Amino acid sequence: MNLQAVRSIYTFEMARAGRTLLQSLISPVISTSLYFVVFGAAIGSRIQEVEGVSYGAFIVPGLIMLMLLTQSVSNASFGIFFPKFTGTIYEVLSAPISYFEIVLGYVGAAASKSAILGLVILGTANFFVDLHIQHPFMMMLFLLLTALTFSLLGFIIGIWADSFEKLQLVPLLIITPLTFLGGSFYSIDMLPPFWQAVTLANPVVYLVSGFRWSFYGISDVSVIASLVMIGAFLAVSLAVISWIFRTGYRLRP
Amino acid sequence: MNHETPTAPAHQAKADSPADRPAPVIAISGLSKRYDSGFEALKQIDLEIQRGEIFALLGPNGAGKTTLISIICGLVNATGGSVVVDGHDSVTDYRAARAKIGLVPQELTSDAFETVWNTVRFSRGLFGKPPKDSHIEQVLKALSLWDKRKNKLITLSGGMKRRVLIAKALAHEPEILFLDEPTAGVDVGLRRDMWEVVRELRNSGVTIILTTHYIEEAEEMADRIGVINGGEIVLVREKAALMRQLGSKQLTLHLQTPLASVPPALAHHPLTLAEDGNVLVYTYDASEAGDSDHVSISALINEIEAAGIRFKDLHTKQSSLEDIFVNLVRERP
Repeated sequence: MNLQAVRSIYTFEMARAGRTLLQSLISPVISTSLYFVVFGAAIGSRIQEVEGVSYGAFIVPGLIMLMLLTQSVSNASFGIFFPKFTGTIYEVLSAPISYFEIVLGYVGAAASKSAILGLVILGTANFFVDLHIQHPFMMMLFLLLTALTFSLLGFIIGIWADSFEKLQLVPLLIITPLTFLGGSFYSIDMLPPFWQAVTLANPVVYLVSGFRWSFYGISDVSVIASLVMIGAFLAVSLAVISWIFRTGYRLRP
Repeated sequence: MNHETPTAPAHQAKADSPADRPAPVIAISGLSKRYDSGFEALKQIDLEIQRGEIFALLGPNGAGKTTLISIICGLVNATGGSVVVDGHDSVTDYRAARAKIGLVPQELTSDAFETVWNTVRFSRGLFGKPPKDSHIEQVLKALSLWDKRKNKLITLSGGMKRRVLIAKALAHEPEILFLDEPTAGVDVGLRRDMWEVVRELRNSGVTIILTTHYIEEAEEMADRIGVINGGEIVLVREKAALMRQLGSKQLTLHLQTPLASVPPALAHHPLTLAEDGNVLVYTYDASEAGDSDHVSISALINEIEAAGIRFKDLHTKQSSLEDIFVNLVRERP
């Protein structure tokens, strides 16, 4: 195991975020604050409690998930797309490191960044609403697993994309709609029965539900289902990545 | 760096039987590459690179130079054949093989927003070497990059970026250095600096494989020369031997009065007329030179004078490596 190389990639990627600290942290914090002002205070005050939780507090886990998913995907996809785009990827490919170590470095850094971001948003939310976390350990587990899984997805997108347009396409067309329709801002009980059934096909529902359960003990689907879902997601992402490296897809002709 | 005594390249030419020869630092056998498009970039390449030599790979655009280097360095997967780097297979034992190699790619690539120092330090870590700032300092100084170490790469000129790529390749103290057209688009001063660095590296025992479009550089720098064309190694020869064997010489005579044709008395010599009969050209093989050469030239001149041809000037010219190269590549389409 070439730990030196993994550490090099990891610190290099983290340093990149350090240089752009303003964009990396401030902008998600500001946009989350705006969500709280609009949904939590302005609209939320007119919405009744959801299963005994004030609406402002109810949306906190969903908002963190929303940020976690989009930031994981964009961090990780950019992290591998950029060296591919500039051509500096040659160095990583010619180095004495395994595929696993490459993924560990890049995805590890992207997941760390978005996990830190999730915690920062959690801290921000604390200013706006009264938060209780019933299962802090499970909360961290969901946070880390989600950051990891979606960073892997981002890595795949970054390798697949051969233009900046494609890099934006998947987050825009798939991730954002799935997250918005994944129960970030509502309990799926609020939907008509037909749409409830449709929603259950949305994997993000399970993530948001499990994450919310770790806060308030309430969930749309069982916690086990949430864990199974995220485990399945992780397995699929890992399988795709191992296929990419086995075949050299878009990396080694 | 490898401090083994570099093998004197002159030794290799004499040691023709495989048993006498020292083990090659890179052994390529039956290497082939067919891209998904169906393009056959390499056709069963066999090549051995000796430890401590400077090997120049020459070939026209699209001949397969970069594909060959890319396979050895792990950027491209071969379709068939094998590459063994200092006893380590480049696929099954890629860690040990790649750790010995430094690559300076043809394209100028850079992490635009990084500093010179960070990007070179990153390269060292990527190759699994523990940090050693004194070595990086030494490399940057040798390449006149020390003053620029805090600059972002995006602010550097093309020549400076090229130096950074070389510094990155040297950061992990490789035993083998690949330079893919390192001096393309580089000014004369920088080119001279770079060759100075290459010479020093070779003196410290590093094996260097380079491709270049500047044939005079191969002529000046290389110990051995390989010519690749259409995915095949057309020739591998010691440079001096190559120049001797393939270099033809020309004797040019500027005549006092133009000739309509070569006189029959001289027809048995390979003589041609040029410039409307004002110039008589005699082409001969430099490899047949040696002692008999001067005799035959003076004999020829005597014959020419005997035939009543008067000339006002004469000069001889030996073909350069460039001529040799152009001839080779033209012969095999």
